[in-house]
Parts: sequence; structure tokens; C-alpha cells
Amino acid sequence: MHKYTTVWVSARRDTGTKWFLCGLVLIAIVLPYLNLAVPVSSAFHLSNYGLRLVGKYFCYAMLALAVDLIWGYCGILSLGHGAFFALGGYAMGMYLMREIGPRGVYGNPVLPDFMVFLNWKSLPWYWYGFNHFGFALLMVVLVPGVLALAFGWFAFRSRVTGVYFSIITQALTYALMLGFFRNDMGFGGNNGFTDFKDIVGFNLDSPRVHAVLLVITLAMVALSYAACRAIVASRAGRVIRAIRDAESRTRFLGYRVENYKLFVFVLSAVIAGIAGALYVPQIGIINPSEFAPLNSIEIVICVAVGGRGTLYGAVVGAVLVNYAKTYFTTAIPEAWNYVLGALFVLVTLFLPRGIVGLSSYLRVLLRGRRGAIRQFRMESDKLEPTRK
Amino acid sequence: MKKRLLRLGAQWLFLVLLLTSRSTGPLYAQPLSDSGFLAALGELPDAGFDDKYRIVEQLAQSGHPSARAVLTALLEDRLYCRTQDKKVFLVKPGPEDAPTLELIDPLTLKDIGSAPTDTLDKIVANNRLRTILEQMRARFRLSSPDAATRLQAVRDIEQNLNADTIQLLRERSSTESDSRVKKEIATGLALAVLDGSDTQARLSAIATLRGSLRQDVVNKLGSLIEKSPDGGYVESDKQVRQAAEAAVKSIDLRRSIYSGVQTLFFGVSLGSVLVLSAIGLAITFGVMGVINMAHGELMMLGAYSTYLVQMAMPERIGTSIFVAIPVAFVVSALAGVLIERMVIRFLYGRPLETLLATFGISLMLQQLARSIFTPLNRSVKTPAWMSGTLQLNEALSVTHNRLDIVIFTVLVFAALLVVLKRTRIGLEIRAVSQNRPMARAMGIRSSWVDAMTFGLGSGIAGLAGVALSQITNVNPNLGQAYIIDSFMVVVFGGVGNVWGALMGGLSMGVVNQLLEPYTGAVLAKIAVLVALVLFIQTRPRGLFPPTGRASENL
Repeated sequence: MHKYTTVWVSARRDTGTKWFLCGLVLIAIVLPYLNLAVPVSSAFHLSNYGLRLVGKYFCYAMLALAVDLIWGYCGILSLGHGAFFALGGYAMGMYLMREIGPRGVYGNPVLPDFMVFLNWKSLPWYWYGFNHFGFALLMVVLVPGVLALAFGWFAFRSRVTGVYFSIITQALTYALMLGFFRNDMGFGGNNGFTDFKDIVGFNLDSPRVHAVLLVITLAMVALSYAACRAIVASRAGRVIRAIRDAESRTRFLGYRVENYKLFVFVLSAVIAGIAGALYVPQIGIINPSEFAPLNSIEIVICVAVGGRGTLYGAVVGAVLVNYAKTYFTTAIPEAWNYVLGALFVLVTLFLPRGIVGLSSYLRVLLRGRRGAIRQFRMESDKLEPTRK
Repeated sequence: MKKRLLRLGAQWLFLVLLLTSRSTGPLYAQPLSDSGFLAALGELPDAGFDDKYRIVEQLAQSGHPSARAVLTALLEDRLYCRTQDKKVFLVKPGPEDAPTLELIDPLTLKDIGSAPTDTLDKIVANNRLRTILEQMRARFRLSSPDAATRLQAVRDIEQNLNADTIQLLRERSSTESDSRVKKEIATGLALAVLDGSDTQARLSAIATLRGSLRQDVVNKLGSLIEKSPDGGYVESDKQVRQAAEAAVKSIDLRRSIYSGVQTLFFGVSLGSVLVLSAIGLAITFGVMGVINMAHGELMMLGAYSTYLVQMAMPERIGTSIFVAIPVAFVVSALAGVLIERMVIRFLYGRPLETLLATFGISLMLQQLARSIFTPLNRSVKTPAWMSGTLQLNEALSVTHNRLDIVIFTVLVFAALLVVLKRTRIGLEIRAVSQNRPMARAMGIRSSWVDAMTFGLGSGIAGLAGVALSQITNVNPNLGQAYIIDSFMVVVFGGVGNVWGALMGGLSMGVVNQLLEPYTGAVLAKIAVLVALVLFIQTRPRGLFPPTGRASENL
């Protein structure tokens, strides 16, 4: 009992968390209002497209949250988290495909269109059960979770750490991308899943359904934020941070480092999977390009921009970076890669604590004592194991 | 009695003369002078077919240097005579209904302008004449001084064996000096004997054919052991059948060994591309502890440098590649040093952040290439000396560009070893990588060494780009396709070890190539990745793990 009260007390003292949760609630109220209640003629009206975009940003924000949990607190840099996101998305997509039923182009009540098109005679076994929403939700959690469990078990047990782990995870998502591009995998190949009709009976064309999906997404962001916050504030959270700062020392103190790592890694993968599942009905498509290594690494830079090891920083970073991406890819498409590239370089060089750490960094800079600046940088460097 | 003996002697002499004149006829014939040659040629247009046979024979035996060209032209319907003065000309091969024909003088074989088609009459040949001409051509080619031509001639003859062509081969086999041509003739003669009925001859023919590797030989032997639809064997002679069966088995075995060698070679050549891109990474990743995600883009810079060099010297594609090698090295090395000085040096000791920053650089470089060169494929021409295939034997051939890449990789690798082991900068690089503070204490400017190391690794990436430009299209995504594989190679081989990169690259290439026929390209790649993840379980630090103090820091 005592343990939970400490978490609660620490959460109440945490002003960042308070502001963050208030912000989420505000968005959950204001944006659907602007979309549904404000007339189209008004300057304050939010278009359906805009509403979906915000939903997308927060799905990515949830993924960023998952990445921050393992990178910011445990020092594990996964360059393949997009894979868990996409797997969750595919699980939801399979449900949505089955939900189309006989309304597809070919009107087959069981087989999705692409299977009819590819001359498949019957549903592959791994598609069974996806006509039930509950089963699909279970899979959204299980598939990424089990993959992370197996992968993490192998990796952490043999002490694959640091950049090695990063590269292996990148290879994982790359391999999955290659696999899902194949038509005979039974996941729609290149085109993936699209043309969804409804979700548990609610029409996916309706803006009201999308408003509800947005609210659910925000609620899930808040929930996973609270879960992550509870974990990092707990005793286990301290061990996890100890692993980040000095893995060998933590091991020598008697902690089972691999178990802690495995726990956060699996939890993080599950959060990523749920984010993917929320993403698919709002965007209306899922295809293998979600597995692209670039997607995963973009999320990492979102976390770095927002500020590592803060959790809310990840959400802020993801929303800002993805907003910038939308802006640039429509206004000046060829500039986006320069901007993104420059973000990677500038943030790692000049913003060790991201945007949310900017104020304290500026304060130190303005005070202008060299010692203080170095002190700040060294503290920031502690966010990952140093090589001296 | 005396009279009879005399008659016998005369008959015998006649016979000998007849035989020698038949078999060595051309040697005894008088070489025709130019005027004689022209006179014989002049008879052709108006001659009947019987005369034509004679004239053709006369021309063939004339020993005149132009005879071959003229007879070939007649065979290919390219011999014409001018209507007004009955002069005979060769014409160049051209479209069927061209209004004018390009004339060639029959004596000097030089171009002498063109003439309208309707002022010329074709000198026609019938089937018998064609057969005679074909034989003559085969004879000409068989006695060509060029061994490759003779070899091809034998192969062509094998396609239609008959009494005449077999005779030709027999004649040639006694005088032939080149061992390959000789072997080919023996194969051809053996193939001919197989159709005969003499068991002993056929058995020895099969023994000869056993040494061959050719598919058509296997097919021919295979036809001997086939069963007819009613269940019996097509071939009635049991001895021949068994010998043929053994021969087919032996040939098949050797053919499959050679095809294994070929797969191995493909694997090695694929692997050497990986090695080229991975040794640069091994240096920056291993020696400096720096993850350079922009490595692939440095390769891309090398490939575009090759393209630009080729654009600058379009008439000399063959030599441009030699210019491109140093240019690509310098361009990529400079880019590498620039990246190191501007970004990476601020991030030493923070490998994950270095990874992100260099990834950002790779995005910018890619976009830069896209802005300058457009996203379209730019194809770099392959020099003539690098195209084509090298036929080692009937079952084994290697393409020149793959072979050259393997050689190039070996050279680059050797050069790198020399730099690392034999030069001062190499010594300093190794010192800094083993123990940075101690190296600094000994007076080595470690930051300068860092820049040079990064430059060296990047320069090698540029060289890899040159090699890549020869086998794939050059586009802004060139580096992306190889970067993950190269990292796998480094992880597999062990960090900080160029030998590890070599072994890792070659074995990944070979394994990929071995798996591909069974699983397809994509699954092979996935299988290799999965195998690697499992491999890391048992050897987390790769095939050649770093040892000593340096290993603690990675």
C-alpha cells in the first residue's frame, strides 16, 4: 500500500505531469467541439481532415512515449519500434478487413478483396478469429508483446547492448518490412489494407466517429503516460534508471538486469502496438511502409526533440515534429528531408534535453558560468552510458 | 609378265596420284594471279550451275587472298554483277529493299562507293552450290590461323554432322596443334561414331565423351539410355548402354560441382561488395566507436563521382574508371572529414547520439543528391574491358564485372592493411583505438587522428561506390540499400576488425547466394537476418571479438 501512495504523492508533486494531463483533457474537449459544433463557415472550424491529422499525431505521440520509456529511462535505443506499431496496426487492420464482409468490391463475405484478387480459396489460419473485435484487441496487445518478449529475451540474455541492439532492432523492422511486402504472406502485400467501412458498427466516414476515436486516443495517451510515470516513479523505475547509468554496477549489486530490461521493453512494445491499432482506423490504411526503418528513427528524433527521460517531452516532440512534417511535405516537399536531417544534427548537438529542457538550459546559459554549462551537459550526458 | 607389272605399276602410280591430288589438292594448285582471279570471277554471272561448281572450286583452290571473302559473299547472296559492263562486285550487308547498295571491290576488298540497286544483278546460287560453299567456308575456317575461329568452326560443324563434315574433321585432327580445338574435334568425331554400329568404336567414343561437360553431349548420351514407350530400351547394345549411363553420371557430377563453384563465385562477388562497404564501417565503427549512419550516403557520393567523371570524359569510358577511383576516394574522404569536424567530434563518447546525428546527415545528403541529380536512375557505363563473360570451361563462366569487383576488393583490402600496418598514420590509428589517453600521452594528436581515420573510412566508402556504380543504377537511395547489410556484416564479423569485416562480408554473400535458389531473394535476406540474431546469442561480439582494453569501452 505504501508503495502506491509514494507513486501518487510523487505524481501530485510533479507539475509537468499536471500540466500535461490538463493539456490532454483540454484538447479532448476543444478539438471535437471545433470540428462538430463550430459551423464550417467559421474561422475556428476544424476540418475533418484536420481532426484526423491530430489523431495521427497523438498515435505517433504514444509511440514516442513508448520509445522514451526504454530510451530515456533504460538507455535502450530501439530503432525498430515502428515494427511493433505496425504489427498492432495490422492486427486492427485485419479486424477492419473482416468487418467489410460482403461490401467489398468482389462481394466475398469471408475473403478480403486482395485474397479474392490473388485467387486464394480459403482464409489462412492466422486470419481466424479476427472477425471478433475482442480477439483483435487481444492480438493488438499480444502480437507485439510476444515478439518483443522473444526478441528481447534473446537479446538481453546475451547482453546485446548499446549500438548493437539498435542495429539489430533496425534489422528486425527491415526484415519484417521485406516480409510484409510479399503477396504470399497473406497481408495484402504492397498495398496493405484499406477501404475500411466501419468499426464495431460505427461508420468510419462519419466525423463524429473520428471525434470519438480522437478522444479514445487521447485517453490512451494519458493512460499509458500514467502507467509509464507510475513505473518510473516506482522502486523498479529506480533500478531501470540505474541500469541506464551503470548497467554492470547494477548487475553486480544483485539485480537481474535482463529481467528489468525485458519488462520495460515488452511494456513499451505493447504501448506501441496499441498506438498502431488506434492509428489504422483514423488514417484508413496500413501498409508495409509503416515498417520502414526511417519511420522508427523518426520517432526517436521526436523523442530527442521533445526531451528524453521526461515522458511528456516525447509527446510534445512527436506532435511538433509531425506537425512540421505535415507542413513541410505539403508546402515545400523537398525541404522536409533537410529540415528533418538538420533536426537530428542540431538537437543532438545543441539541445541535450530537448524542448522541454530548453528553459533550464537557457537559464544555465544566461547565467553564463562555464562550470555550470559543463555541469548541465554532463548531467544530460548521463542519460546514456558514457564512454570515457 | 613385264607388261603386266608395268601396267600394275602404272595403275598404282595413278591411284597414288589420284589420292594425293584429292587430299592435298589446294597445295598443288597454282595460286591464281589477280588477272586470272578476275577472269574466273568474270565467268560467274553468265555460267550455268554446272560451270558455277567448277568456277567456285577453282576460286577456292586459287589461294588468292580475296577468295574467301568472295565465296562468303556468294553464299550470303551478296555477290552482284553490274548490268552494263558485267563487272562483279561484293556488296555490304544492308536492309533487304535498300535503293542503293554499297559496293566492295572483289580484288582489293575496299569500299568503292555505292550504286542503285536496279543497275545490278544478283549472282544466284542453288542448294547444291550452297552446300559446296558451306563446306568450303568450314574448310577455310578450320584452317584459319586463329584458334578461336577454328574452335567455333568445329562447334558449327558438330551441329550438322554428315559424311563430308566428318571427313573434314578427320583431316583437320591430324594437323591441328591447339589442344582445345583438338579436344573439340575429338568430341565431334566421337559424337559421330555414336550413331554407328561398331560396339568397340562406340565404347571408346563414350570414353572420349566422358571428358566433356557440354549439355548437348549429355543429351546425346542420355538418348542412349532412354526407354521407349513399350518398356524396352531404345539402345539394344547393353555394353554401350552401361557405359553411356556411367558417362552421364560422371558428367552430371562434374557439372554440378562446377555449378556449385559458380554459385560460390557469385556469393563471393556479392560478398565482396558487402566487404567493400563494411570495411569502411569497420574502421569508423570499430576503431573510433562511432556509428556512421551516413556511410551509405558516402558510398552514394562515390558512385555519383564515377558518374560525373564519366560525363566529363565520354570518349574514354575505359580509362574514366581509373580516374574515378581516386576522385571518388577524395570526394568521400573530404565529405567524411567535414562531417567529423563539424558534428561527430562533439559527440565522442555518446554513440547513440552520434548515430542519430549521422542519420540526419544521411537524410540531408540523400536529399542533396535528389535535388542535384533528380531521383531518377543514372546509369554508369561499364567499360568494354569489364563487360562480357570469361568462359572457363563449358560448365563454368564468370562475368567480367563481377570478377573485377572481387579483384578490386582484394586490392583495396590489401592497400588498407598496408596503410594500417606499415604507415605512421596507421600506427597512430591503432594506438588511439587501443588506448586513447596513453596515445595522447605519447604525443599523438588524437583529434587529428580521429579526423584522418574518419576520412580513411569514408574514402573506402567512396571506393565501394565506384564498384557499386558498375553493378547497379546510381540513384539517391543507393546507400540505403546497402547500409543495413553492411552493419550486419560488421556486427557479424566483430567490431574494430577489418579481417572480421572480410570474413563476415564474404560469408554473408555466399550464404545469401546459396539460400536464394530455394527461398527467393527476400526470404533469403530474412533468413540471414534471423540467423544473425541467433548468432549474436552465442557470440555477442561477433566472429572476431575485440580484445584487451579497447573492448571494454564499446
